[in-house]
Amino acid sequence: MFTATPLTLKNERSEKAARLVFLSMTLLMVIPLLLIILHLVAKAWPILSLDFLIKNPSHGMRAGGVFAPLLGTIYLVLFSLLIATPLGVMTAVYLNEYARDNALTRIIHLAVVNLAGVPSIVYALFGLGAFVLAAGIGRSVLAASLTLAIMTLPVIITSTKEALSSVPFAFREACWNVGATRWQTIRHVVLPNSINGILTGIILQVSRAAGETAPVMFTGAVFYKAIREGDFFAYGLLDQCMALSMHLFTISTQVPDVPDALPYGTAVVLLGTVLLVNAFAIILRVRLRSRKKW
Amino acid sequence: MKNSKLTIKDLRVRFGHKQAIKGISFDVYQNEILGIIGPAQSGKSTLLKVLNRTIELIPGAHTSGQVFMDGQDIQKLSNVYKLRRSIGIVSPLPVGLPLSIYDNVAFAPRMAGVRKKRDLDDCVERCLRQAALWDEVKTRLQTLGTRLSGGQQQRLTIARALSHEPQVLCLDEFSIAIDPVTTMRIEEVLKELRSQMTIILVTNLVQQARRLADRTAFMFNGELVEIDDTKVIFSEKAAVRQTYEYVNGVFG
Repeated sequence: MFTATPLTLKNERSEKAARLVFLSMTLLMVIPLLLIILHLVAKAWPILSLDFLIKNPSHGMRAGGVFAPLLGTIYLVLFSLLIATPLGVMTAVYLNEYARDNALTRIIHLAVVNLAGVPSIVYALFGLGAFVLAAGIGRSVLAASLTLAIMTLPVIITSTKEALSSVPFAFREACWNVGATRWQTIRHVVLPNSINGILTGIILQVSRAAGETAPVMFTGAVFYKAIREGDFFAYGLLDQCMALSMHLFTISTQVPDVPDALPYGTAVVLLGTVLLVNAFAIILRVRLRSRKKW
Repeated sequence: MKNSKLTIKDLRVRFGHKQAIKGISFDVYQNEILGIIGPAQSGKSTLLKVLNRTIELIPGAHTSGQVFMDGQDIQKLSNVYKLRRSIGIVSPLPVGLPLSIYDNVAFAPRMAGVRKKRDLDDCVERCLRQAALWDEVKTRLQTLGTRLSGGQQQRLTIARALSHEPQVLCLDEFSIAIDPVTTMRIEEVLKELRSQMTIILVTNLVQQARRLADRTAFMFNGELVEIDDTKVIFSEKAAVRQTYEYVNGVFG
């Protein structure tokens, strides 16, 4: 009665095959990633040291460290997130919780989704026109941060909306039924239960803001700028700055006779910064998930 | 003649082009249990949403007609939140908010501005006792409400619905997700609550209406087919043939 039939045997075979295919695809993804990281670290090994992090580039970019570009990237990412996060989260809350489903909100939604797919060079030119020239801010940390903020905004809005709508509608109804206002419902039930997804969406944008070259190249990042080593407040909002992504582009394409290890070292620092932020995100997510409530 | 707690006049609701309630009128008397029976899609749950005006929060819903509570047109009230607090709603599937048991019950008073811990403690204990849940949870009020079993969660939602001291308690098919023993316990609770408030009991189980309701309304397809004393509805004397067929299970 419980013996295998040809059909169950066939099902078992396809089960095994499916498992194998998915596993191999996963490995196919992971192996190149590990190889890239290994390759980068191996090539950069001779130059990696604390000095590399806290010294400015020197000798016409052919020696020294990455302090100025690293600090510039930190500034740009930090300021762009400070601008984009409140704006994006509040927009998403409005669109998901308050806005009625009509032609206007559908157009807004469509615009946001499409903006998320616009190439970064287009944002660069927009930032150049709008912030640097029209608004008269000039090429600066502020203009570049604003440009990065505009670039990350649509994705933050989309991911936040996604996180908000994952909270069951029944929770909202239950709150309204006991006389809570929309805002009380959002503040006490919707946001606490979607904060996890909202943060994930925001933190993923860190790597994007840190890695993009074009938007900062046009709006505030410069080829070379010396700052006081070890001074973490070396850039003003209206100063121009260096940035890791742009620095990497410069020393690997624009400067002749750069020692091999230097661009690799810069790439490792850029990658390390992003991985550090992602690791932080993972820890935060795990901590928040342990408080997940349904 | 009994006092009318709620008066519904020519109420119509549509979602987009779909008519959910097609013009119904009836009274709900003070301190009665009104059973509302009828098959799915007959507009019973929508009716409850109209009573506390949460229908306004559902996209695409349009309402016309009037509902009076104690003689006041609820559409014209300036404090809709107070209206919602004066009506307790228990939904079909228990919705434990993702908060602790204590916070679930204390949610409504907190949102209404109660801050004193004493008052909140008292309210939580009173409501959990009324919902016949206190003895089972009193030692673990800080655990998550969503960790409770289905029947316990349903009693938790009843406790929450009582926490804002409603004058009308609406139960929407409260027993579909819970076992018969818990159902009987809650039915006992309802009988006790009748002296303090008006109860509207929407149910798929016609026998439940027969056991509990003073009067029973039969809704079908967005229309009120018949409303009368439960004894009449469940007898040969039901005015409409459809009602007789439905309560006797030979409908359709």
